[in-house]
Amino acid sequence: MDETGVAEREMAEPLLDVRDLDVTFETPAGVVHAVRGVSFALGQERLGIVGESGSGKTTVGRAILGLIPKPGRVTAERIRLRELELSTLAPKAMQSVRGERISMVMQDPKYSLNPVMRVGEQIAEAYRLHARAGRKEAERRSLEMLEAVRIRDPERVFHAYPHELSGGMGQRVMIAMMLIPGPDLLIADEPTSALDVTVQMQILAIIDDMVKERGMGLIFISHDLNLVASFCDRILIMYAGRVVEQCRAAELHRAQHPYTRGLLACLPRIDGERAVLETLKRDPAWAS
Amino acid sequence: MIAVRDLNVRFGRGRMAVHAVKDVGFDVPRGRSFGLVGESGSGKSTVLRAIAGLNPRWTGEISIDGEPQGPRRASSFYKSLQMVFQDPFGSLHPRHTIDHSLAEPLKIHRIRDREQRVVSALKDVGLGPDFRFRYPHQLSGGQRQRVAIARAMILEPAVLLLDEPTSALDVSVQAEVLNLLAALRARHNLTFVLVSHNLAVVAHMCERIAVMNRGRIVEILEQADLRAGRARTPYTQQLLTASRGYDREAARRLVEIHAA
Repeated sequence: MDETGVAEREMAEPLLDVRDLDVTFETPAGVVHAVRGVSFALGQERLGIVGESGSGKTTVGRAILGLIPKPGRVTAERIRLRELELSTLAPKAMQSVRGERISMVMQDPKYSLNPVMRVGEQIAEAYRLHARAGRKEAERRSLEMLEAVRIRDPERVFHAYPHELSGGMGQRVMIAMMLIPGPDLLIADEPTSALDVTVQMQILAIIDDMVKERGMGLIFISHDLNLVASFCDRILIMYAGRVVEQCRAAELHRAQHPYTRGLLACLPRIDGERAVLETLKRDPAWAS
Repeated sequence: MIAVRDLNVRFGRGRMAVHAVKDVGFDVPRGRSFGLVGESGSGKSTVLRAIAGLNPRWTGEISIDGEPQGPRRASSFYKSLQMVFQDPFGSLHPRHTIDHSLAEPLKIHRIRDREQRVVSALKDVGLGPDFRFRYPHQLSGGQRQRVAIARAMILEPAVLLLDEPTSALDVSVQAEVLNLLAALRARHNLTFVLVSHNLAVVAHMCERIAVMNRGRIVEILEQADLRAGRARTPYTQQLLTASRGYDREAARRLVEIHAA
């Protein structure tokens, strides 16, 4: 079966099905409607969510994980992970979904890792929490995981503190920690935006291989349209809390929505000859 | 306009010493735009800060408009050279109005007609006079960066040093700011040195581009060569490949390249 066929079969029974997701925040200045009626289904594929700052892309990821703090309000007709309805799940039950069924990798490993705990212990803890394994078993699995994310000297890194690692190494450790419980779905929120382009490529290759080998679904949240187009299978483009366009990544250049077209046009290109970059004329109708 | 020879910058002492910039040299004629591109830790911002006089511990030669520069600069130096920084949230005083921030360089240099100059500097960057009485938190990221550019331009310098001027901005705002910078350069015959990690930004903005790796310039390319992908060194080739987007095969071939 070709790739499209696989995606379509998966979509018949999606891994994740989100319908009519709304997130609002009450602020002294009034209600902020951060996510408005977002619906999408995810199979065993790499789905990119692209948008500029404030578009709601990160909020979508957090809402799926039940990580919207009060006074934020999340409503949805459905947030279904295979057989499990997440939108009505009790906080305690949600706790065991996080990590075990859905994991999240964030932008900067410096803020996501505990600075006073050796990284190996942090990975082992993630494993023991979900697998109820002994200390020895957890350590062995952690070392295997560090090797899987292509860390050359797993023993040394296992005993290192986060500040002793570079950004790229820290992000590998984060990925190891997020994948060790064997989740069905990985949400990666700008996982490589703090990294140099060559390191970014290596980290993406690790995520790519892991998603393929383990048959996971991936939601890849990013502001970088070209990166998402080259990395993902399918793309959602968000603007002002809404999905304004969905397309196959390979067909991004044929995007229809004026916002998507505008975003593509205003990027400087290495091989570009344009003296003046196109700028985006925002239409209030896009947000309504 | 700018000549740099054998520039070396070291931080720290003894065993902890870091040799951040090694034997860097380049020339930028008046009215031209020169790019410094490289990954984090390559020394590109350190070169810029040495030219700006923000880092007094360097050896080598730096001359601006034919004048050799020492480690410290007289205040008159900054009438001819100004700098724009990456983070528009960090580079404007949060409790000063835009008017206050823009008038400050004029006060330091005892320049009259401040009100008129502030208004025309704002106009030059596409902001109306009503922005004078706002505070930075009332402005978007793009507007703040315009204000930072207006502040750099208000002394009518001949040289602008730009350190990742659009890296903190959304791409649609980046396009506006890059267009503004290009228009200002043409209007005032400015000389630019632009530092960025983004190859597309320097390829768009700069006529000559130096690629840095681990403190050294590995090669200097003409704009047309960079645009056509004609890089001579493996390091630049790799940087170009990685900048084009994700490619599983290319990721496998990536190697760590150490500058000699």
